[in-house]
Amino acid sequence: MTPELKGFLLLGLVKSLVGFGALVLGVAFVTWVERRQAAFHQDRLGPNRVGPFGLFQPIADGIKNFIKEELVPADANRILFLLAPALVFTPGLLLFAVIPFAAPMPVSFDFSLPLLGRFVYDDAMPMMIANLPLGLLFVLAISSLGVYGIVLAGWASNSKYSFLGGLRASAQMVSYEVALGLSVISVFLVAGNLTLTGVVAAQQAMLWYVLPLTLGFVLFVISALAETNRLPFDLPEAESELVYGYHTEYSAMKFAMFFLGEYAALITMSALMATLFFGGWDIPFTSWDEGEPSVIVSLTTLLVFLLKTFSFVFVYIWIRWSLPRFRYDQLMALGWKVLLPIALGYLMLLATAIWILEHFNIEQNLVYGLILFAVNLPVIYVLFWILDSGRLVFGYGGQRRMTN
Amino acid sequence: MAIGVKVVRRPERDVSYLRASLKGMALTFQHLFRKKVTMQYPEEISKDGWSISPRWRGTHRMLTDEQGRARCVACGLCPQICPANCIKLVPGEDEEGNRYPLIYEIDEFRCVFCGYCQEVCPEEAIHVGVHYENAEYQRERFVYDLERLCAQTHPVSSLWDPSDPRGE
Repeated sequence: MTPELKGFLLLGLVKSLVGFGALVLGVAFVTWVERRQAAFHQDRLGPNRVGPFGLFQPIADGIKNFIKEELVPADANRILFLLAPALVFTPGLLLFAVIPFAAPMPVSFDFSLPLLGRFVYDDAMPMMIANLPLGLLFVLAISSLGVYGIVLAGWASNSKYSFLGGLRASAQMVSYEVALGLSVISVFLVAGNLTLTGVVAAQQAMLWYVLPLTLGFVLFVISALAETNRLPFDLPEAESELVYGYHTEYSAMKFAMFFLGEYAALITMSALMATLFFGGWDIPFTSWDEGEPSVIVSLTTLLVFLLKTFSFVFVYIWIRWSLPRFRYDQLMALGWKVLLPIALGYLMLLATAIWILEHFNIEQNLVYGLILFAVNLPVIYVLFWILDSGRLVFGYGGQRRMTN
Repeated sequence: MAIGVKVVRRPERDVSYLRASLKGMALTFQHLFRKKVTMQYPEEISKDGWSISPRWRGTHRMLTDEQGRARCVACGLCPQICPANCIKLVPGEDEEGNRYPLIYEIDEFRCVFCGYCQEVCPEEAIHVGVHYENAEYQRERFVYDLERLCAQTHPVSSLWDPSDPRGE
């Protein structure tokens, strides 16, 4: 191995340790945020006893979950039952690997260790765990893996509630993945690039994609809510009807793994929204952050990225504590009859618009973005008008016309 | 329609939950900044406008006479009526023939706080109290003996009066 390769590997190791460690810490933090914010929405205070503002509450919860008894139901499929929580937990973490969370940081070192030899690195280090050339495809592939853990958990528990929860989860996640993928394709179309660093760079050159791709953003938010099983799409859990769905039979740390996996997915989905539609670590109205890489730029952009991500986390939690749950048929109808046609039609419109813009040789700059935004506006207006004037989602019975 | 089937015409327009959802979101957002109603209990014992009911039936208290002796005459009515069988009473008698309790113990774990003992007591000696801070470190400490019952100082419950059902 050359010293450069060893340096690269070492850096990768450090980055993954720090990155995943930070994510797990972030997950713990978000569980606290969720409880505090929920309380504030309900005029309560929430957990504020353990440590300053109750910040150490997640640690107390963690200790509690470690001490609790691990139960495996008598007729459960033991191997799958134990495997499922890990399968839910890992995709949430893995997704985070391809998200760039700051501007590249210049790193240079050259040292030797006994036995291992010389380590060299001297370059602007991309601030992401893995700069995969197929970034967004990786996101789609890994986010679909999450459903396996939930289905296995539901099936292996040998409980009717878990089973129903698992069934619902599989149907729901498979359905909304279609809309999620299609809304991400709109980003591909404009960026012409699969890597998330490329998407961020394209947004710096043009506009944050939330404007030229407004509808795509809305579709992404809705399907991301469904993908992460958050309210108003938390049918797999549905504590009022299915007890707790697929994790009814889980206890102690295995239950906590589901919990952590859910919040890890919440954070990564928020980070994805920030990256795909809100410029990632880009600071608006300035090109200072695109200049020469330095440590200060990296840290500032990291802060900006965290701010964006956590504002989405806030919105997620806000939605959860505002909206009631969908009925199952409404959920399916929304996914297949509303979101999918809208996404397909939008893609066609977008592709046509881009083709025309390229035909007139318009550069990908601010004007280009604003023209696309102008294309979005009437579509959104018409969609809002149609959806607002009729029932947004028909159940089975809603389709019968009243004859009288 | 042979039997009276009522056909309800459901609205077909303007029933989308799009606006309603947005309205709801706005409402919950406003609640973020409302005054919180939580009473931070051990530090903040009571808040304005908050008190427990005078008819609250908590742990017992034995009233005493001027000489500091328990008013109880060991008539045995309270252990008789107690549905949870939590009162232990061993009566004693002094030289003048006055009955007094040799042992009077109430197991607060067994007690269902019905308040019958207070209702039945002819001497108005035993009472249930307006009191809720009962934490102890040992289970045995929840068997209150006579000395402890007499030492309690919390206000006593005013029982429901049938002629004044609302406590006015």
